[in-house]
Amino acid sequence: MGSSGSHATVIPDGDSIRRETGFSQASLLRLYHRFRALDRNKKGYLSRMDLQQIGALAVNPLGDRIIDSFFPDGSQRVDFSGFVRVLAHFRPVDEEEAGIRDPKQPEPLNSRMNKLRFAFQLYDLDRDGKISRHEMLQVLRLMVGVQVTEEQLESIADRTVQEADEDGDGAVSFLEFTKVRMPLGTLRVQTGWEGSGNQVQCRAERGALREWGEGLWGRGRAWGRKSEV
Amino acid sequence: MSMGFWPFDSFGSWMLLLLLVALACSKASSDLNKSTNSTTQHGPNAWFAAASSEPDERISVFELDYDYVQIPYEVTLWILLASLAKIGFHLYRRLPGLMPESCLLILVGALVGGIIFGTDHKSPPVMDSSIYFLYLLPPMVLESGYFMPTRPFFENMGSILWWAGPGALINAFGIGLSLYLICQIKAFGLSDVNLLHNLLFGSLISSVDPVAVLAVFEEARVNEQLYMMIFGETLLNDGISVVLYNILIAFTKMHKFEDIEPVDILAGCARFIVVGCGGVFFGIIFGFISAFITRFTQNISAIEPLIVFMFSYLSYLVAETLYLSGILAITACAVTMKKYVEENVSQTSYTTIKYFMKMLSSVSETLIFIFMGVSTIGKNHEWNWAFICFTLVFCQIWRAISVFALFYVSNKFRTFPFSIKDQCIIFYSGVRGAGSFSLAFLLPLSLFPRKKLFVTATLVVIYFTVFIQGITIGPLVRYLDVRKTNKKESINEELHTRLMDHLKAGIEDVCGQWSHYQVRDKFKKFDHRYLRKILIRTNVPKSSIVSLYKKLEMKQAIEMAETGILSSTAFSVPHQAQRIQGVKRLSPEDVESMRDILTHNMYQVRKRTLSYNKYNLKPQTSEKQAKEILIRRQNTLRESLRKGHSLPWGKPTGTKNIRYLSFPYSNQPLKARRDTRAAEFTDDDSCHPGFPPVMFSVQSRTRSLQERRQVQEAIPMKSFHRGREALNFDDQRTGQKEHGGRDKRGILKPKPLFHTVDEEYASGEQSEEEASAIGPRWTAEQKQKHSRDHHQSHSPLLQRKDF
Repeated sequence: MGSSGSHATVIPDGDSIRRETGFSQASLLRLYHRFRALDRNKKGYLSRMDLQQIGALAVNPLGDRIIDSFFPDGSQRVDFSGFVRVLAHFRPVDEEEAGIRDPKQPEPLNSRMNKLRFAFQLYDLDRDGKISRHEMLQVLRLMVGVQVTEEQLESIADRTVQEADEDGDGAVSFLEFTKVRMPLGTLRVQTGWEGSGNQVQCRAERGALREWGEGLWGRGRAWGRKSEV
Repeated sequence: MSMGFWPFDSFGSWMLLLLLVALACSKASSDLNKSTNSTTQHGPNAWFAAASSEPDERISVFELDYDYVQIPYEVTLWILLASLAKIGFHLYRRLPGLMPESCLLILVGALVGGIIFGTDHKSPPVMDSSIYFLYLLPPMVLESGYFMPTRPFFENMGSILWWAGPGALINAFGIGLSLYLICQIKAFGLSDVNLLHNLLFGSLISSVDPVAVLAVFEEARVNEQLYMMIFGETLLNDGISVVLYNILIAFTKMHKFEDIEPVDILAGCARFIVVGCGGVFFGIIFGFISAFITRFTQNISAIEPLIVFMFSYLSYLVAETLYLSGILAITACAVTMKKYVEENVSQTSYTTIKYFMKMLSSVSETLIFIFMGVSTIGKNHEWNWAFICFTLVFCQIWRAISVFALFYVSNKFRTFPFSIKDQCIIFYSGVRGAGSFSLAFLLPLSLFPRKKLFVTATLVVIYFTVFIQGITIGPLVRYLDVRKTNKKESINEELHTRLMDHLKAGIEDVCGQWSHYQVRDKFKKFDHRYLRKILIRTNVPKSSIVSLYKKLEMKQAIEMAETGILSSTAFSVPHQAQRIQGVKRLSPEDVESMRDILTHNMYQVRKRTLSYNKYNLKPQTSEKQAKEILIRRQNTLRESLRKGHSLPWGKPTGTKNIRYLSFPYSNQPLKARRDTRAAEFTDDDSCHPGFPPVMFSVQSRTRSLQERRQVQEAIPMKSFHRGREALNFDDQRTGQKEHGGRDKRGILKPKPLFHTVDEEYASGEQSEEEASAIGPRWTAEQKQKHSRDHHQSHSPLLQRKDF
């Protein structure tokens, strides 16, 4: 799988996907290779099982939810454009891009709101636009080790909902959720200790990868400074 | 510090007593020798000689032969003393966070040295060159090579090689040359130290051991690349310093007889490269051989660790025979074989290998530090203010220069450059360790008349770096790490931040790795196509999830789940009624403690490097966490596995249908639900037979949620009695502990005990309704699976398997 081989591959609907997601050609190509690597039987789409086979994802406490987010509306398969569309949420906000964007066009997938919405959907299982106490508790159960008792978890869930709940309906709406997240943006700015990216790259690849790297390996930008505006 | 050491005083005191007894014995025994026969020489066999030389001697009832056992006896006592000191060190919780453990070892060594010096004991067993290079050094190198996280190492390989190779050389030559300039100043009285001596000293003093400080800033969560740089430096630095040291010794020997010509220098450089590459080559060869041999050990797994150790050692010895670098050979051997051996050997052998390796290396290091302590306190020192101070200064200056210069260059090639903070930490972690001292201590006195000066200077540098830098680096890291100081204000933030981290990590995993794309791919292909086929047993599990399952140790998992359930509450449990209106009454302290609970108990974002502690083998929290998550997620994962087995759907369902009909449960829907759950545990046993009980205890966590629901729901009376049965059934399986846990819960809630389980059926039904209300998520396929489980559950055979 040399570079010559990869240039020859043609991504179905490459251009339209690129326009929609804002990925560069190189990033898209890499994602396409990854997509095909995940696709075990060369089906042309990914099933849940394909994603579940990713070892590191199996031990991610949110693994199921993350996988679910690739399969909206109960579908069992995700094709390449759907795959990339989900990943596009994690593309860092590009400075130049943000400046010249046509206001009439729909918000790009990696805008702050869309990012938050993506996160919100991990909580909001029944898609009613609210994180109920029950949903909060479920997330807590996923994320907290067994040392914490159920009683503790319940009161934590109570407290969490209550803390964010402004209109007193006993649930966290998306609006309330975005308000909670506010200070987070500042928190993750310029920490410099973030992320596990550690690749020694050859120079030619750098441009394309930087775009990725910063979004994925969290230099704090993806959810950080830019999105605060 | 004195305050810190109180805990092991009690341990240490009797050890000291034992040591003193030993010393007294040896004195007495040698006195006895003197008195019986003054002509006999002192030595291990003196007593026998004395005995045989006197014909009148009868068989005495009590004899003392300390000389015979002296060396092993004292070495054993030292190691024991150091171990007890370590126990004490770790009993006091805060101490390990404050300083590296090498501080403690050095102190113990100095203590032993002081005792030996104070009692005027005859010279203790000393370290000589062959003992060090043949027995003490290999285990230490093997250990760090074996525990090196392979993947991040190779991902950062360029930077690591660039930093460790030229870095060591710059340090060695920089320190050597600048000290040579200092030696030219007549006033210091150092004019007899020539250039070669200085270079040699530079090479030995530049061997750093920064891994000792990794434990100190472990909890500061330094980033992975920094971690790998420090680890890689430790790994390669020793090898490079030793090669340089040996070459320079050869030069010095040659210089005694003739002048060094430029040709010799060129030859030396060439030799440097040959020695290094040759060592690595032999290491890789031996790594493959031992991996290949472990392929056939399935019937005699007891010798698996032996194979691993002997082949590593053999690679070291073979490389040394050929005058190649044994250190690099054993490192390369460990790195090469690790991956394959770990897949071949049994779980117990794997654990044995890990522990034995840690143990050997810590024994080696303890001994070296004790030698160091012993030689610190004594008369063999030469103090020269100028030389020692300038050594200290140059060590720091040259390390700074090499760090900032080399990282400036390598940053140009990296996607993620090292920040100035990272570089400062790397600079500051230049702690010298056992390696420097050993090399200085082993300098041949015949070639180096000022050896004592070198040893003293080395000791000062070690003490300075280990104590001052080692103790201050933790606070420095914490100070530089901005994120640490930012305290999160609300529980929401705490939760959402962690969720985001997990989400990002998950998405990263979905996207896969992005490094060294082509090289890695090619290696992977080659590995897959040839190496693995040759080196690894054929019956290895196919998917990574299966291998993860395989690695789970059931017993531990059960214990973990049980303790999790039984652990008591840390803060007050809000009462049922109170919870609904009265949450606002939570005091700030409660909120605080909630946040603490969250901070400490939320799963950590997965790291690709495992945490490494030079002195200890901690149960990896990440491993434990992975187990927990896997157990909890096992339903979905198992489903994917099952699908992976590509069994035709219809067939098993059909056969089970028949059994279902013959089973006398019909028209009891609730019971059927109950069995559905039971069946969850029993099916798919071929994959992981140990799971059922575990699953059960984990499940009981969800139970209390269901208890809660019960308030709102009325339950048909009929089902109570069946529920009672089911409860007994459960208790048989989970035993007394679980029972107690439930009792406690029962007392807390004003409900009859047997409601609990009944409720489970009701709520089980309800939750399924909920699930189907979610609608689109609950897909056809899952439904099918559900109904299949349903059918399975009624098989009496499967039921019985559970017991």
